Amino acid sequence: MANRIVVDNVEAGYGTVQVLHGVSVTVEAGETVVLLGSNGNGKSTLINCIMGIVRPKAGAIYLEADGERFDLVGRTPAQIVDLGITLVPEGRRLFPALTVEENLMLGAFRKEARARIEQNLETCFEAFPPLRERKTQQAGSMSGGEQQMLAIGRALMSEPKVLLIDEPSVGLAPILVSRVIAKIRELKERRDLTVLMAEQNFNQAIKIADRGYIIVHGEIAFEGKSAADLQDNDMVKQYYLGV
Amino acid sequence: MRIAPFWPLAAATFVIGVAATFYFNEYYFVAGYLVLQGLIMATAWNILGGFTGYVNFGSAGFFAMGAYTSVVLYTAINPPLFVVIPAAAVVCGLLGLGAGYLTLRLRGVYFAIATLAMAIVLETLMVNWEYVGGAIGAFIITEDVPFFASYNAYLFVLMLALAIGSVALARYLNFSRIGRGLAAIRDDEVAAECAGVPTLRLKLISTTVMGAMMGVAGALYPYFVTFVEPVSAFSLIVAVNAIAMPMIGGTSTWVGPVIGALLLGSVQEWTKVNISSELNLLIVGVLLVGFVALAPQGIVGLAQKFAAWTREQREKRRGDDSATA
Repeated sequence: MANRIVVDNVEAGYGTVQVLHGVSVTVEAGETVVLLGSNGNGKSTLINCIMGIVRPKAGAIYLEADGERFDLVGRTPAQIVDLGITLVPEGRRLFPALTVEENLMLGAFRKEARARIEQNLETCFEAFPPLRERKTQQAGSMSGGEQQMLAIGRALMSEPKVLLIDEPSVGLAPILVSRVIAKIRELKERRDLTVLMAEQNFNQAIKIADRGYIIVHGEIAFEGKSAADLQDNDMVKQYYLGV
Repeated sequence: MRIAPFWPLAAATFVIGVAATFYFNEYYFVAGYLVLQGLIMATAWNILGGFTGYVNFGSAGFFAMGAYTSVVLYTAINPPLFVVIPAAAVVCGLLGLGAGYLTLRLRGVYFAIATLAMAIVLETLMVNWEYVGGAIGAFIITEDVPFFASYNAYLFVLMLALAIGSVALARYLNFSRIGRGLAAIRDDEVAAECAGVPTLRLKLISTTVMGAMMGVAGALYPYFVTFVEPVSAFSLIVAVNAIAMPMIGGTSTWVGPVIGALLLGSVQEWTKVNISSELNLLIVGVLLVGFVALAPQGIVGLAQKFAAWTREQREKRRGDDSATA
């Protein structure tokens, strides 16, 4: 199954502030692509454009799945989830007053995933055993790491083909960050996902990246064809390693 | 909160209600009718206000449009009530759908203002519509019905059936996939969208159901008072009660508005007779202030807190026992 995401020359912003200036990114089927950049450079805006939360002013975004091409601009987030793209939003955005199980069930609104809710719940609990123990607990009462697991679990309930992850490391202790990153790799391999991850934490992100882009002031400043490519680059050093 | 034997309880309530019409005097059915009317309004309001988190101040508009649907039908062809009630549901359901389309882009206080304005616009339309009596109002003449002790007893039984139906529908929505989606919208609308919840569709379902239910509550009103004019049909007390009852009972479940309506409705009917009918709004106001300040989650919230507290005490006691042993 080929699921490819193409972002072509997208311009977007909020009101009169333009954030993205002609950004082009592609994510090939089965790849893990990271979007690197510090705060305020447009990572989240780009992810939100793909998800239909922010509407681009110009440019095209499409999904190529099984030889068909779906234009994503102009679709609602719910319709985009129906196409098999799901977002793990920045800051997790759980439903704090609802239970862990209810949060997971809310990920299963997608029609194609409804029939297999029980199986998918089981898969989520297998991947994240603490969630099973806390099934009836309010989501807001869990620790940050558990909440991030729940956010990923909720996204998996829709059986996505493409997983967008926005800053999974936000607000987590360093040891939890590497655990979450390792989990993402494991799930990606087990469930044949295509992953686009926005992240500030270069050293962690690079561990699972096949490729990556560095985004600076709303433009793609550098495209790394491989993880090694990113690691050896002077610009990366300048921006991230401070040498 | 799941109350296990819902249907047996509902059936028993209905049978007792019907039987009671033959034993008690008429006053109780007039009072009971008004309590049930409040119950349906509160249950309807709670679907949008409690489950979904959108505060509607225009309840009186939907209620009155239900009443005016009856007036129009009565004036035109005087059909039986089992035609009038679904007709009011359809008219007000469509009104709810339309209002939803126009106003659901607004959030928080702006949504509340828009719904309040809608009710005022509708009232102005009715005042200026000759066919339904305009500002003067319209009379409805009722005929006696067989089997029942009186027409009011008949209306009471109808209202009881409608109230049970409304509560059953709200209960179904509460526990279904739709209810879960509505709760997600209330908690965090953007997150709900990201998770793939079709937020617009669910919000429209909830405004439509709310409108239809309020229309049903208003449909029998003209037959009950036999005279309808805009000021009393669009009365503030209808809108305030629809908000106050769920707030007092607790908004997060279907049980809250039922408890709130039975409590507040009965208190109001009691004061009407024993103290003063003018003091009604004051009582609602004082109760509402009291609950918002002391029990913001309503009676249901208090009960849940109490249950959690007793559970904690029990566990603590068990812990002490094992420590001493």
